[in-house]
Amino acid sequence: MAKMYQSNSSFIDEKMIRFFDIAQSSLLPLLEGALYYTIPLTFISFCIGLILAVLSAIARISTIKIFQKISRVYVSIIRGTPLLVQLFIIFYGLPNIGIILDPFPSAIIGFSLNVGAYGSEIIRAAILSIPKGQWEASFSIGMSYRQALKRIILPQASRVSVPPLSNTFISLVKDTSLASLVLVTEMFRKAQQIAARENEFLLLYAEAGLIYWVICFLLSIIQMKIENRLERYIAK
Amino acid sequence: MVRVTNLIKQFGELEVLKGMELNIEKGKIVVLIGPSGSGKTTFLRCLNVLETPTSGIVEIDQKVLDFSNSVSKKAVIQFRSLTGMVFQNYNLFPHMTALGNVMEGPVTVKKIPKQLAQKKAEELLQKVGLANKMNDYPFQLSGGQQQRVGIARALAMEPKVMLFDEPTSALDPELVGEVLKVMEDLAKDGMTMIVVTHEMRFAKDVADEVIFMDGGHIVEQGPPEQIFNRPQEARTRQFLRVLE
Repeated sequence: MAKMYQSNSSFIDEKMIRFFDIAQSSLLPLLEGALYYTIPLTFISFCIGLILAVLSAIARISTIKIFQKISRVYVSIIRGTPLLVQLFIIFYGLPNIGIILDPFPSAIIGFSLNVGAYGSEIIRAAILSIPKGQWEASFSIGMSYRQALKRIILPQASRVSVPPLSNTFISLVKDTSLASLVLVTEMFRKAQQIAARENEFLLLYAEAGLIYWVICFLLSIIQMKIENRLERYIAK
Repeated sequence: MVRVTNLIKQFGELEVLKGMELNIEKGKIVVLIGPSGSGKTTFLRCLNVLETPTSGIVEIDQKVLDFSNSVSKKAVIQFRSLTGMVFQNYNLFPHMTALGNVMEGPVTVKKIPKQLAQKKAEELLQKVGLANKMNDYPFQLSGGQQQRVGIARALAMEPKVMLFDEPTSALDPELVGEVLKVMEDLAKDGMTMIVVTHEMRFAKDVADEVIFMDGGHIVEQGPPEQIFNRPQEARTRQFLRVLE
């Protein structure tokens, strides 16, 4: 009995050693995946998406009907279809009509369009939340619509939209894991590869999850810093 | 300086201004009084086209806008530069300092170099008694101070006519005086001013002409001592009696 216990214990020890070994040796490849793909994918897509979002929001509140319509249709299509389906259409679907894209640009396009659509609604709401008096004051000192938007309305709207945009940003960090399915070797795909090789699924997926969490945690600290800075002209 | 001919403004079915006629000479102070809903504010907002009149002609400093025809955006923006507007709730830009608020028009619209604009803005803020508040944000200022920044901001664009839309209505009573003082100084400098207000003291002391409006047209107009001491119209007498 005592002997059996001992051998069992050494079996557990061996397992533990192997466990930590894999956890340690997989950390670098996972961080590489995060550094070379997950993080760039997130930042590039968010920047492009933000530009799309502002343009789409401005189109939506403009008085020109055709711009409103284009913006509406865009937002409706992107929000109404799963991100995974969009990525598959771009990467696996478009080659059928002769458009062949590498995995990384495919993912960038998919994520940017996504951020653009969700961001569009956020920025539109933020613009509409600025009191009408701000527009009137701008006009009264001779500003055009464009000048008022750029100098007076958007700077104030940006403050309002930071918290919801941060939500979008953090969602995006996690959504980039879907890029693994269009063959981008980002962090989660790396985790899948190592897990399959070592037969350690729980360990690798938990490790990947932990890294996502750390990234998001750092981002929410940055969010707080930005909010504080933008609120310096608000009465506390 | 200001000539308004048969100005009509409708909101859908509702006719808010029913053919306003007005003629104001350069340097005159005109005060508009009347019950709420009489069209005073709408009239003021039509003069700088924050509301587009349904029809009628507005002439300021020999520039004419005829609203019976459609007017271009560019013409409206040019026409607006003739007037400065002061709002009831100040409408300062909250993300800019007092100085930034006053510089904004000259820099963004007139493309005046920053240094020059800043020097002029400092002079204007000094003039309205805020030399020591230039770098404060609006939330750090009292209502009276904010409104004085509002006046300086409008003056920075060198308007021919200043429009005041109930400039003291949102202020605590003890802050009204400092704003009225600035307006009186401005009047002494020879600025042409149109003021919508409930401050009858200001109307009596400073106005060259008082206009009593009701139901979208002018009921009675004349020098303050006529309107306040010998009103000709029953409606004017009734309104003034309620005020006392």
